[in-house]
Amino acid sequence: MTKLPTAFRLPLLAFCLLLTACAPKGPTTLTVMTHDSFAITEDVVIAFETANNVDVVFLQSGDAGTMLNKAILAKDAPLADVMFGVDNTFLSRALEADIFDAYQSPALSDVPTEFVLDSSFRALPVDYGDVCINYDTKYFEENNVAVPASFEDLAKPEYKNLLVVENPATSSPGLAFMLATRAYFGDGFLDYWQSLKDNGVVVVDGWETAYYNNFSASSGQGPQPMVVSYASSPAAEVFFAAEPLTESPTASIVAPGMCFRQIEFVGILKNGENRDLAEKFVDFMLSKQFQEDMPLNMFVYPVNLSAQLPEVFTLHAQVASQPAAITYEDIAANRDSWIEAWNEVMK
Amino acid sequence: MSFLPTLAGKTRSFLSANSRILLWVPTLLFLFSFFFFPLFKILALTFNLETFTDLNNLRITFHSLRFTFYQATLSTLLTFALGLPAALLFSKFNFRGKTLLRALTAVPFMLPTVVVAAAFNSLFGQRGFFFLLSSFLSTTFHFPLSTNFVLHPSPFILILIAHTFYNTSIVIRIVGNAISRLDPKLEASARVLGADTFHVWKDVILPILRPSLLAAALLVFMFDFTSFGVILLLGGSQFATLEVEIYIRALQLPNLNLAALLSVIQLIFTLIFSILYSRTINQVSTQTAPRFSPTRPAKTLTERIFVFALSLLLVTFFFLPLISLPIRSLTRLEADRGQRAEVQYGFTTDYYEELFINRRGSLFYVPPVQAALNSLGFAGITVILSLALGYPAAYALAKPTRLEKFLDPFLMLPLGASAVMMGLGFILAFGRLIASPFFIPIAHTLIALPFVIRTLQPALASIPERLRQAASTLGASPLRVWQTVDFPILSRATLSAATFAFTVSLGEFGATLLITRPEYPTIPIAISRFLSQPGGLNYGQAMAMATVLMLLTTLSILLIEKLRFNNAGEL
Repeated sequence: MTKLPTAFRLPLLAFCLLLTACAPKGPTTLTVMTHDSFAITEDVVIAFETANNVDVVFLQSGDAGTMLNKAILAKDAPLADVMFGVDNTFLSRALEADIFDAYQSPALSDVPTEFVLDSSFRALPVDYGDVCINYDTKYFEENNVAVPASFEDLAKPEYKNLLVVENPATSSPGLAFMLATRAYFGDGFLDYWQSLKDNGVVVVDGWETAYYNNFSASSGQGPQPMVVSYASSPAAEVFFAAEPLTESPTASIVAPGMCFRQIEFVGILKNGENRDLAEKFVDFMLSKQFQEDMPLNMFVYPVNLSAQLPEVFTLHAQVASQPAAITYEDIAANRDSWIEAWNEVMK
Repeated sequence: MSFLPTLAGKTRSFLSANSRILLWVPTLLFLFSFFFFPLFKILALTFNLETFTDLNNLRITFHSLRFTFYQATLSTLLTFALGLPAALLFSKFNFRGKTLLRALTAVPFMLPTVVVAAAFNSLFGQRGFFFLLSSFLSTTFHFPLSTNFVLHPSPFILILIAHTFYNTSIVIRIVGNAISRLDPKLEASARVLGADTFHVWKDVILPILRPSLLAAALLVFMFDFTSFGVILLLGGSQFATLEVEIYIRALQLPNLNLAALLSVIQLIFTLIFSILYSRTINQVSTQTAPRFSPTRPAKTLTERIFVFALSLLLVTFFFLPLISLPIRSLTRLEADRGQRAEVQYGFTTDYYEELFINRRGSLFYVPPVQAALNSLGFAGITVILSLALGYPAAYALAKPTRLEKFLDPFLMLPLGASAVMMGLGFILAFGRLIASPFFIPIAHTLIALPFVIRTLQPALASIPERLRQAASTLGASPLRVWQTVDFPILSRATLSAATFAFTVSLGEFGATLLITRPEYPTIPIAISRFLSQPGGLNYGQAMAMATVLMLLTTLSILLIEKLRFNNAGEL
């Protein structure tokens, strides 16, 4: 039992080692905070790293909302130099919390101004994607049911028990879809949700559950033939098919006003360490190389007009011509109260 | 077998008060740095007594507290309804496949919620086993089977079932061990004195089992009380327990003050449960007979029916969801998507093969072998760390003084702390340091430590000082005493504790609420990554990874079962 003293010195030593081992490694590291869905091709990162003699470290910090809250909490001593993934439903909160430094990237010249929501260039658009209802094409063909063409249709008896949505309090596509209904119905959107509820709409907490457990056209083969997902999901179904497919088993309803356009932004975090490198990384995210790499990694659309879309997108994904009209300021001012009210109705 | 109080008093006399305090240093240092400090940081920023004055906050607090107690009570009752007969089964009878079945009941406890939810879905879901069975019965035999309850259990029922699935093994272990340590003479004497079965149980057996029943109930209740993933995945946030409400208020509808208030309430309750638990669990070991009562095969018809029916029920409840994952990972659902009645199934190994292909050249693509290696690496560090920290504390706890009795409940506190608030606390406390991958094993150790200490403690307490003295008297050197007396007992307990830490680390998912470096994904992280994009391959690969995790966990549990030392491994 003489071993005891070492027994408790050891862990102490271990902590010290651990803590020193994890200190940031010198000035040539650029840290990029992202949400969990971020993905990028290795060669593309390496190209940036070699061109700028830098080591890029990505920190995945939960979903977009979680990441933003972490960044706000760590505002004075930021966890990273650059943050990617705040979308237009969260943009105001990020801007109000004042976590970004302004940077007017020259690369914005290739980006349509409709995407540049923050006129003082603290948050720059990188990609966009439409949140729409996806449906199981086979189901509608075989049952001779018309695909719903409007929000009102969804409340009709022939679509009873056919739709699964995500809770806007816990899911970003869920929030986006609720916002689209709010844009369409105005204050009456709660009555609309009451009618959906009466028509058997299923509410789950996250996209994974909705898509894989409830949606009938996914591999989970669930009970509902309609799900709130992305307009690019049909392309992903083809790209990630277990057997090569010529046609997607799913399609999106892109009728006017029925989709919500999510735009994701990048920003340079205040009090960061590598302003120059951070600017270069923002330019890089807007460059053709990154913008063309993005679609197949994250299944989103590039904002850079010169970027080419992969074939699977042009063949199988749709873009909403008239996404829901709702401003990010309106969202910021009311999102919490809308979500609370929605939850009261759907309880 | 020093469960006898007279012996226990003479062991560990070599520990002075000073060395006792020294024994606590590493564990306390660790808990202070990585638990209390981050917790203090976030609460200092967000906890505000004025939160109490807002009526809406109070309403939310009251509602979530009420629902938390409600579902935890029902879940605990349901867990006992299955767990008590099962405990009796395992502690009284011998039957074929017992070890495997017993191990199976323990596997869910270590599995991440994503996997359990997927398993449940493959059983209860639209294409699940029960669906196929019931449609087969109704179409072939026109069997008027009401499928509604089984096929579409309400989310609330699903939550209760999942809690039972997770926690039954706690009852089996704690109560089962107590039953198997009942002195058979007690029952015999009572019967000789004229007691019937009812009175034997009421007046003799139940009073002896009471502490273990209470301890098991407290522990099950505590896990149900702080349940998070199960509720979100199977129920949804309309079933807001405290922990779910904390998550929503901290991250989704920001009201950090309310989140802080709720997490303080949750911590206080956890502390109360821990104090009650550490009191009752100490009685569990002192009130039992020194010898295991032997198990035997079922003899009478009633016993045979009991053994058969119950093991069939346990197999259905535990084995079917678990086996459905590997089956699903090898099954291709042919392209008849959309047809809601007919699906063609086919055998495929594609999902496993695809695991090794980086289709997109993605930077964050880590081959599953690498994710498994990461998991094993983190689990290895967790084992070392939790053993290094757990040993000194277990030594001190082996013969508790007032100090130990005071500190004991705090060891379990990390199990009841909100992972979300801890994640935010870590950011405030450590800043950029949390980018270090070493924070993953540290977070795992916080969870594993209580298990490890509870495994080592009874082993350390059980080494009879008498044996040591006898060995020395017979001329053995101290080293030889340690080698022949301490080592054989300790090596098994150590291995068992290590395996516990290992499996806790393998299945732990909450640490991702800290910050993760995508280059070092663990198996649970890889699973959730596959599930975050549409496509048949992604789903299949998630199932394949879940199968790998399940196999690793099952093997580890079987190892623990082989090495079990008395009631070692029970919290």
